[in-house]
Amino acid sequence: MKLILKIWRQKNAKSQGKFVIYSLDNISPNCSFLEMLDILNEELIQKDEDPVVFDHDCREGICGMCSLYINGHPHGPDDAVTACQLHMRKFKDGDTIVIEPWRAKPFPVIKDLMVDRSAFDKIIQEGGYISVNTGGAAEANNILISKEASELAMDAAACIGCGACVAACKNASAMLFVSAKVSQFALLPQGKIEAKQRVKKMVKMMDKLGFGNCTNTYACEAECPKLISRSNIARMNREFMCAKII
Amino acid sequence: MSFLGLFLMVFLVVHLGINLCLLRSDGGEWFNAAAHFMGTNYVVKVFEVILLACFILHILLGIILQVQNWMSRPVRYEITNKTYTPFLSKYMIYTGSVVLIFLILHFMNFYFIKLGWVSNIHVSPEGEPNFYLIAQDLFIQPVYSIIYILLFIVLGFHLNHAFQSAWQTLGVNHPQYNTFITRFGTVYSIVVCLGFIFIPLYFLLIR
Repeated sequence: MKLILKIWRQKNAKSQGKFVIYSLDNISPNCSFLEMLDILNEELIQKDEDPVVFDHDCREGICGMCSLYINGHPHGPDDAVTACQLHMRKFKDGDTIVIEPWRAKPFPVIKDLMVDRSAFDKIIQEGGYISVNTGGAAEANNILISKEASELAMDAAACIGCGACVAACKNASAMLFVSAKVSQFALLPQGKIEAKQRVKKMVKMMDKLGFGNCTNTYACEAECPKLISRSNIARMNREFMCAKII
Repeated sequence: MSFLGLFLMVFLVVHLGINLCLLRSDGGEWFNAAAHFMGTNYVVKVFEVILLACFILHILLGIILQVQNWMSRPVRYEITNKTYTPFLSKYMIYTGSVVLIFLILHFMNFYFIKLGWVSNIHVSPEGEPNFYLIAQDLFIQPVYSIIYILLFIVLGFHLNHAFQSAWQTLGVNHPQYNTFITRFGTVYSIVVCLGFIFIPLYFLLIR
């Protein structure tokens, strides 16, 4: 495949970025998107140019590190996959591919396509955990959990915190991420103890960091590589209202 | 925002009920009686204040949230987002702004006359407006009626997304009821807006 790449290049957080156009030849359709970028970087290094910086880690779609906005879609045009699981066969020979970093005020660009997503860590620090005293492990079957609650909690816990929901939302809202993290605990008995405090503090931090408000366009759900449902947002809204009122 | 919106949607049904009295060939007897009742009944007057507060709060909150949303992405994407979303869900602030323009126009044509802030030839020397004649004068003007119809089409689009969006924001989301809520919102927005649209069409084409 022959490709034209239009990539956002930015030296550091403070410098002005710009799009730079590269052309690539002989790319296999079986190549993953990140492998294609590796090939580009090899070429740039050989030419003594600065390689394109982008986040990546497991390359198995489970770590949530890759964060590329490809041709108007977070993680590219394929459904329910991260950019590392996207393959070049999804594109046509001769295509122009525009690659941008996530754009949101709480996700500032560090360099090129790499953004600082520590805003998510700050939200998690506010309550994305349960407090358990140390000691001997309790008998797991002492606390009974319904199959339905367990399945829903696991579905919410599938969120890898990649930030595609923020990138896709026209308001750069983090509601899907925060609601998944609230839901995974709110659905389980162990999480209910700190539920009120958790939802209030996490929502407060989300607002403080400058994420936008949810206007229910559901772009987040459509682009989530882990298919996190918008029902989690409704659950978080319920939890939040109850925590505020009662 | 969502609760206020749902309250306004209930009010819209009441308003439509009164407006449909215009279709009776009784020289405006029912319509003026309804308008008189709405203007003099103490319970309704309390609701009038609540309603005005709801309108103002809904509009203010909408503007504040929109400004925050614009600020949350200071650098825009080169390629506009191509994610599939319900088309009108992205334009609520714009459809809402059009409705606000209509609301101002509507207030000038009716509510401000009732308050005595705007003069009209169909106000009796005692200060009692004949709203039937005021409405008739407006609806027989094709330009006014066309603007009225277009604005209600925009309001229909606004309400179509607003209904299910409001319930989602209030935490009502269940696989068993989601389809019903969405369809109810669509039926509500079509029926209510067609009801309002039928009135100028009646004055222009049928009567």
